Amino acid sequence: MTKNIMIVGVGGQGTLLTSRIIGKTAMEMGLDVKISEVHGMAQRGGSVVTFVRFGEKVYEPVVEEGQADVIIAFERLEALRYAHFLKKDGVLVVNDCRIDPMTVVIGAKQYPAEILEGLKQEHELYAIDGQSIAKELGNAKVLNSVVLGYAAKFIGFEKDTWLDVIASTVPQKTIEINQNAFLKGYDSHQA
Amino acid sequence: MAKKTIMLGNEAIARGAFEAGVKVSSAYPGTPSTEISEYLAKYEEVYTEWAPNEKVAAEVAIGASIAGVRSMACMKHVGLNVAADPLYTFAYTGVGGGSVIVVADDPGLASSQNEQDTRMIARAAHVPVLEPSDSQEAKDFMKYAYELSEAYDTPVILRTTTKLAHSQSTVELCDRVEVETKKYERSVPKFVMMPASAIGRHLVVEDRENRMAKDAASFPINRMEMGDTEIGFITCGIAYQYVKEVCPNASVLKLGLVNPISRELVEEFCGKVKTVYVFEELEPVIEEQVRAWGFSVKGKECFTRQGEYSANLLKKVLYGADDAVFAKADTPNRPPILCPGCPHRSVFSVLNKLKIHAAGDIGCYTLGAVAPLSVIDTTICMGASISTLHGMEKACGEGYVKNWVAVIGDSTFLHTGINSLINMVYNKATGTVMILDNRTTGMTGHQEHAATGKTLKGEDTNAVDLAELCHAVGVKNVIEVNAFDVVELERIVKESVASDTLTVIITKSPCVLLKGQKFPNRCAVNPDACRKCGACMKIGCPAMTRGEDGKVRIDETMCNGCGLCKNYCKFNAIETVVR
Repeated sequence: MTKNIMIVGVGGQGTLLTSRIIGKTAMEMGLDVKISEVHGMAQRGGSVVTFVRFGEKVYEPVVEEGQADVIIAFERLEALRYAHFLKKDGVLVVNDCRIDPMTVVIGAKQYPAEILEGLKQEHELYAIDGQSIAKELGNAKVLNSVVLGYAAKFIGFEKDTWLDVIASTVPQKTIEINQNAFLKGYDSHQA
Repeated sequence: MAKKTIMLGNEAIARGAFEAGVKVSSAYPGTPSTEISEYLAKYEEVYTEWAPNEKVAAEVAIGASIAGVRSMACMKHVGLNVAADPLYTFAYTGVGGGSVIVVADDPGLASSQNEQDTRMIARAAHVPVLEPSDSQEAKDFMKYAYELSEAYDTPVILRTTTKLAHSQSTVELCDRVEVETKKYERSVPKFVMMPASAIGRHLVVEDRENRMAKDAASFPINRMEMGDTEIGFITCGIAYQYVKEVCPNASVLKLGLVNPISRELVEEFCGKVKTVYVFEELEPVIEEQVRAWGFSVKGKECFTRQGEYSANLLKKVLYGADDAVFAKADTPNRPPILCPGCPHRSVFSVLNKLKIHAAGDIGCYTLGAVAPLSVIDTTICMGASISTLHGMEKACGEGYVKNWVAVIGDSTFLHTGINSLINMVYNKATGTVMILDNRTTGMTGHQEHAATGKTLKGEDTNAVDLAELCHAVGVKNVIEVNAFDVVELERIVKESVASDTLTVIITKSPCVLLKGQKFPNRCAVNPDACRKCGACMKIGCPAMTRGEDGKVRIDETMCNGCGLCKNYCKFNAIETVVR
C-alpha cells in the first residue's frame, strides 16, 4: 500500500529538507520512494508544497486531492489551503503559527479566523507550537525537525531510523540540535 | 550489487552524463534545468561552466564535439529559443564526439514566461528527442543519447519537464566509462555550412531521420506493455507515471524516443488495442503524427494543452470523477514575493514613489509587478527590458520615456541585455536603463556569472566590470549607486529620466541570501512611536505585519535588517536593534 505524505508551508520554512528526510527514511526501510519538490520562483516566500510517496512500487511523484494520508503544515493558512488533499481518514499535523501573505499585509484580503477550530470539524488534527520549542532549543530554524518528530507517529518507522537519517541529511554542525528537535516533537506526542 | 541511491531528476541527468564519459558541459541557469550543471560540476572529470547565454553554451558544446569529445549543453525551454540558431545548423553538421542538449520544459509555469513544447522545435530542426519518465531513466537515457548521437551522427535533445527535473526517485549507480577522443579530420562538406555544403547535408539529415524512425521499433527506450486491450495509451515522459497510477492493467506504448516516432510500433499497438488515448503534456506532437498516419485515437479533445497532467486529471476524463473528498477552502493567495532585505525592494520603492513605469526583464525583480510595489509594466524575455524601452521611445518620442525606465539584473544584462544597450547607443536613444546588480543569478538559486569573479567550479576568475562595459559600448552617462541609498537613488533617477542623454544606473547591493550578506542588525518598531499611518507597509516587506492594535510589527526571525523601512517612517518609530 502506498503512503502519501504532503509537506506544506511558506518558502524558507524547510519543507524541502523535511520531505528529503522522510523520503530517505522510507528508502532505508527498503521501500520504493518518490519525492516531488518545488524550486525557483515559487520558493520566494510563496506557498510551497512538497510530496513524498512510498510503498512497494510508486509511479506518480505527486499527491493529489483526496489522496494524502498525512499532511504536515508549517503554517495555519497553508494547512487550510491544502486540507482538501486529505483522504477521508487522513491526518493533519499543523505547526501553530501565522505568517501573513502579502495580500493580507496590504489589506486586500483577511487572514481567516479560527482556522484550526474549523479544520477540526472535518479532520483528525494535531497542532504543535514548533517555534517556541525550537527557540527553547536555541535555533528557530529547527522548527521543521520539531514538527517532523511530532508527525512521525503517523508516518511510521522506528525512532532510531529517523535519527540516523537526520544525521546523514542535515549539515554536520546542526545534527545534534536537529535530532533534539525531532525528539522534542516526538515525545510531546507520546505525553 | 550496484549502489542504489535516491536522486533528483536533474542530479540523475548529471550522473548519466558523467557515466557516459562527457568531458565538456556548458549551460546558462534556468528553472527547471539549473541543478544539472551544479551537480555535474562536482565531478572532477568533467569540465563544466556557466556561459553568458544558451546560444554560447550550445556553441561550446558544438566546438567540443567537433574536437572529438562527448559534450553537452543544458538550458530551459525558452533558452532553446536563444540557442535555436546553432541548433538548426548543428543538426546539419552532425557531431564529432557525441553531443546532447538537455532542455527542461515547464508545463504549469512553475517559473517561466510561457509553456512552449521543446518537441516542436526539435521536429522543426530535425533533432532526435529522448524523454525519460523518472530519475533512473533520466540517467539511462542520457547514456543512450550519446550512443544514438554517435551512431547516427546527430546532436540529440534530452527533454525533461519540471516534475521529472524536480522529483526524486531511486537510481542505481554505475562507473564512468572513459571514451576515447575522436581524431579530428578537416571536412568542409560536413563542418563548413555554406550553401554548397549545406545542400548536401540537408539530404543527409532527411536520410538520417528516416533511418532512425525505422530503427526506432527496436530501440530499448521504446516499450510496449501489453495488458487489457480494451483501452490503451500512447504516452511519454512523466505522463506515463499517471497512466500507470490510474490504469495499471491497461496496455501502454511508452515512447522514450519522442522524435522521430516509430510508425511500426504505433501501427502494431493501434492494431491490438480497441480504444487508444494519446496522453502527452503540452502540444499534441505524438497525437498529430499518429492521426496523420490514419490511426484513430483520442487526445487533446479530452486533455488540455495547458499545465501539468496528473492522475486525477486522467481519472476525471476516464471515470468522470477523481479522488477528492473534501471541498477546497477559499483562502487568500500567497504568491512569491521579494525576500526581506532584498535590494530590489529598495529600488522599486523609489520608482513607486516617483510613479515611474518599468519595462521589466526575467529575474526575481519581476516580482516588482505585484502590489504594493506595482512598478514593473512589461515582462517578455531575457534582455527585452532595454529593447522594449527603446521601441517605446521610437514609437512615441523622447517625452514618452520621461517616466519610464528599463530594469534588468546583472546576469540577465550579460545574457542578452548588452545587445539591446548597444542598439540604444547606436540609434540615439535617450532612455534610462537600470542594472540591478546583486552580484548573482538570483531567481535560479544563486549561480555565478561573468561579472562575479567566480566560476561554476568555484575558482577565482576574471570579472566583467559592468560600468566599464557600458562605457565601452558608448554610454556616456553611467552612474553607480548603493541600492539602499534611497535619497541618492531618488535624485539620480529623477535627473536621468528628465535628461536627454542615455543613462545607465547601476544599483549595487548583493542579494541578501548570498553567504555573508545578512545585515548585522535587525529592525524593530517602537510601539509608543508608531502612529499606525502605514507608510512603511507600502514597501511590501513580508517581515512587517500590523498587530490587532493597528501598529506595525517586524518579525524578528524574518527581518534581515536592511533598514529600508526606516526611510519611510516619518515618526522615527523604527529602530535598529542588535541581533
